Amino acid sequence: MTTLIRAEQLTRYYGKQCAVNKVSFSLAKGQILGFLGPNGAGKTTTLQMLCGNLAPSSGQVHINGFDMLTQPKLAKRSLGYVPDTPPLYKELSVHEFLRYCAQLHDMPKADITAAVKLAESRCGLTEVTDRLIANLSKGYQQRIGIAQAIVHNPDVIILDEPTVGLDPLQIREIRSLIRELGQEHGVIFSTHILSEVQELCTDVLIIRQGVCVLNSRIEDLPAEQSLEDIFIELMQTPSVGDL
Amino acid sequence: MNMILVIAAREFKTLFLSPLAWTILAILQFILAFLFLTQVESFTMLQPQLANMDNAPSLTDITVTPLFGNAGIILLLVTPLLTMRLICEERRNKTLTLLLSAPLSNAEIIIGKYLGSLGLLALIVMLITLMPLSLLIGGTLDFGKLFANVLALLLLVSAFASIGLFMSCVASNPTVAAMGAFGALFVLWILDWSAGLADKRSELFEYLSILRHFQSIQSGLINTADLSYFLLFISLFLLLCIRRLDKERLQK
Repeated sequence: MTTLIRAEQLTRYYGKQCAVNKVSFSLAKGQILGFLGPNGAGKTTTLQMLCGNLAPSSGQVHINGFDMLTQPKLAKRSLGYVPDTPPLYKELSVHEFLRYCAQLHDMPKADITAAVKLAESRCGLTEVTDRLIANLSKGYQQRIGIAQAIVHNPDVIILDEPTVGLDPLQIREIRSLIRELGQEHGVIFSTHILSEVQELCTDVLIIRQGVCVLNSRIEDLPAEQSLEDIFIELMQTPSVGDL
Repeated sequence: MNMILVIAAREFKTLFLSPLAWTILAILQFILAFLFLTQVESFTMLQPQLANMDNAPSLTDITVTPLFGNAGIILLLVTPLLTMRLICEERRNKTLTLLLSAPLSNAEIIIGKYLGSLGLLALIVMLITLMPLSLLIGGTLDFGKLFANVLALLLLVSAFASIGLFMSCVASNPTVAAMGAFGALFVLWILDWSAGLADKRSELFEYLSILRHFQSIQSGLINTADLSYFLLFISLFLLLCIRRLDKERLQK
């Protein structure tokens, strides 16, 4: 298995406050990593550091073997990121927007049309392709956010709470999309829904107050305990700092 | 280079998706055409007297130079409105993430955005240039002087746009960005007014004044000092923009 993401001792301070403290993990092709933690635990901060949107205070990120700090362009080439608010230019049509995203990732001109078509059909956007993004519902906008991240066929896809605010049907569609993506790519996604992780992921990582408290394969978890029990237990144990 | 053009093209096209670009083009054209006609009118009135003078100002001096001077002042008001949303709005709508997580350097993002907005400004300058060219139907023009005027106005709006982009990088809100850019430009414009007071002349202020360099090129004197003033000005502010975008990743 090829390692797609290697994060070493990632640390991030906001002023004096430590948001993420020495988090290390790796992700290989075919893995889907569920990223769990209570609100404010540092999930988004960690994901932003992985995508090069935020520089870590210390620690390193390697994407596909390229260091995010010294070779950001090569590292970002194999990265697709869906932030918690999908970054959409609302004055464009779905088609125009995805074309622009493909261009930004320096795809060869000849491949762009096919790539945009594929991303649209994978995310169920084919029938709205000519509509303005501003006029589409939140569910569609979320899907455009995902289409934007997969249009250039990256090795790593990072999703920050992709199923928030969607209806049960859309959640199921997005989950099956993530499962499909997980077969040929490495996927990381953060969420609050524990059953989602149990159902979809091959690996789970739980952080609390910026510290990684669990990093394990789903199948290695004790079978008699549900993920929810484990999560609540981890959240209730006092941290080393508190003691 | 390729990426810069992709961003610039997107920026330029986006301007025309909102009424903003069309409104600016229409209103500018109307105001400047009115001023231009006034100049042409005064030339026809002065023509008999000019015929008897030695070294009389030509048609170009009486119509073109004031037209481009007025255009400079009006663009000083308009450019901050064009540039205010460039980075600021992206940051507010959280679309900046799209550019920051794409394989682009900050320099490519900034220069792309800059060239995109400069595209519209160049289009405005081109439309303004068409007005004096229409005089060729019944008269002759001094093309050297016309070229100097076009060059001066292009350099001027390029400098305006670089400050506007910088303010858009710094400010958290487009209105603040526009106000900041307008303030900075206005100060640079009036800086050499103190030169009028004979004993209070300041060489530094005179050099910094953007108006002085603009008028010097406009008069047909294209010299390296003025050209390098504008080039230094533009590169300084673009560099500051890139630095500011770097900072985005470091702190929050």
